[in-house]
Amino acid sequence: MSKINELFQQELKVINMGLESFYNDLKKQNIEVTHVDWRPPAGGNKKMISLLNKLKG
Amino acid sequence: MSVKFLVKRNTYYDSVTLMIITKEIRKIEGVNEGLVAMATDLNKELARNLNLINRELEGLTPNDFFIAVNLDEDAIFEEVKERVEELLNKKKMDTEDYNPPTLDSAIKYMPDANLVLISLPGEYAAAEAKKALLNDRHVMLFSDNVSIEDEVELKKLAKTRGLLMMGPDCGTAIINNVALAFANVLKKGPVGIVGASGTGIQEVTVVLDRLGVGVSQVIGTGGRDLKAEVGGIMMIEGIRALQQDPDTEVIVLISKPPIPEVAEKVLCVLQEGNKQSVVCFVGGSPQMVEKYGAVPGLTLEDTAYKAASLVKGEPIIRDITDFTINNADEIVEAEVKKFKKGQKYLRALYTGGTLCDEALNILSSSVGGVYSNIPLDPELKLKDVRASYKHTALDLGEDEFTRGRPHPMIDPFVRQERLVKEAEDGEVAVILMDFVLGYGVHPDPAGEMIQYIKKAREIAEKEGRYLCFVGSVCGTEADPQNRAEQEAKLRKEGVILMPSNAQAVRFVSEIISRLE
Repeated sequence: MSKINELFQQELKVINMGLESFYNDLKKQNIEVTHVDWRPPAGGNKKMISLLNKLKG
Repeated sequence: MSVKFLVKRNTYYDSVTLMIITKEIRKIEGVNEGLVAMATDLNKELARNLNLINRELEGLTPNDFFIAVNLDEDAIFEEVKERVEELLNKKKMDTEDYNPPTLDSAIKYMPDANLVLISLPGEYAAAEAKKALLNDRHVMLFSDNVSIEDEVELKKLAKTRGLLMMGPDCGTAIINNVALAFANVLKKGPVGIVGASGTGIQEVTVVLDRLGVGVSQVIGTGGRDLKAEVGGIMMIEGIRALQQDPDTEVIVLISKPPIPEVAEKVLCVLQEGNKQSVVCFVGGSPQMVEKYGAVPGLTLEDTAYKAASLVKGEPIIRDITDFTINNADEIVEAEVKKFKKGQKYLRALYTGGTLCDEALNILSSSVGGVYSNIPLDPELKLKDVRASYKHTALDLGEDEFTRGRPHPMIDPFVRQERLVKEAEDGEVAVILMDFVLGYGVHPDPAGEMIQYIKKAREIAEKEGRYLCFVGSVCGTEADPQNRAEQEAKLRKEGVILMPSNAQAVRFVSEIISRLE
């Protein structure tokens, strides 16, 4: 069975990154959800982010 | 008048929260202009345009938060700060749970998470989506402003690992009956959908719901999936998953017409399975769809009707290309008598992009060329999107209207303002609007427009003109906003409501063609 079809048989558990309203909507639907307290990496410095992504990639 | 600033370094809030706070701040008496935002390049440019900039602000990074306001008196700044604090704290109280700071720590905290929903600013979104895929999590990427190169890379990676990569720019999905981002509350049922268009999916699913038919899975691919560069990677993976899914009996595809090579590739995969299918390439030719054994859906509504027939085992005898209500002609006749001489144009103010696109397609064969910011023919592109010309239909969710603002399905401000402007034009006769319900969107889209509909009417009536308001509500009874309640509010204000977008467009065509 493909992983997508496996997902269709599982309980949906979500990690939310970004808009908190999406997190709140999932809570309202009684879905288990974790909201990431995200902030721009490297203080938002684009050059540094690109370097970091290359290191991690 | 004076301009006041407050800066908090290394304090991050999401963009929609801050846009809504900005809107609240602008309502305070004595505030002439204001911006509450993260110091991204875009927001600094906005601040410059609004004359709300100083040297400190210029030097901030996207990780820094600022308030900038133009005030009648300095003393009002205290009130502004208190109101911002109050609104930010209100947000915090909604979230008592632990919020890990990174995706990696979130996965450690919730090791059985199976899907990551990403709506971060576009420039950061692809890197986080890649991390999620490498951790074997399915992804829904709501963010736009992700390059097509990144999209191809992410989708290839997802395909290799057998994962869903919905998006970028994927507004709607329903997985295991859970609404993700902008989606309606629907019955569980046997129709599986793969769609490259958010409001297109919403319209098909709410009409299905009204016909008593539910959905198994709704997979969004993002608007560019069927472009040549991406080649339909996720639509094909989605179709294959639905073909294997025992709960899916009928498969529906929704997209703008792809280039023939991609369309054929997708339709071939669809034909390989043994499930019945309806394909809606909005505005595309039905012949190619028929060639591959699928049923062509001519409009979003027609698609839903045909899928419902297949589910119920009924023969498809006809296309739904007329009104499903009995007295449409009578209402048209009554309306055309109310206009003043010279009133003849349609102004369609859409929040849903695919609904606007569908309108342009239907109108092009009934009333002819319609101007737009997303025209079917480049010659019908509005020279200035701020000014409508002759018959005009606008997608108010496009970039030119949403720069620095939330999408009009979240914040109706852009449409409110535009509606009043259209009412001032003596040649306008009909205003057409969509009202999209569900999770993710405004809690009361109809209520937010009511006072502006009244205002528009007053403006027209002062000059002895009549304005005809036509709309359709894209939602279900189970949606948080409740379709029936939303419709009642609009009807009370004299808005003529049709059961679908396609019928609303046909209805306005009937009126307009009698006015020329």
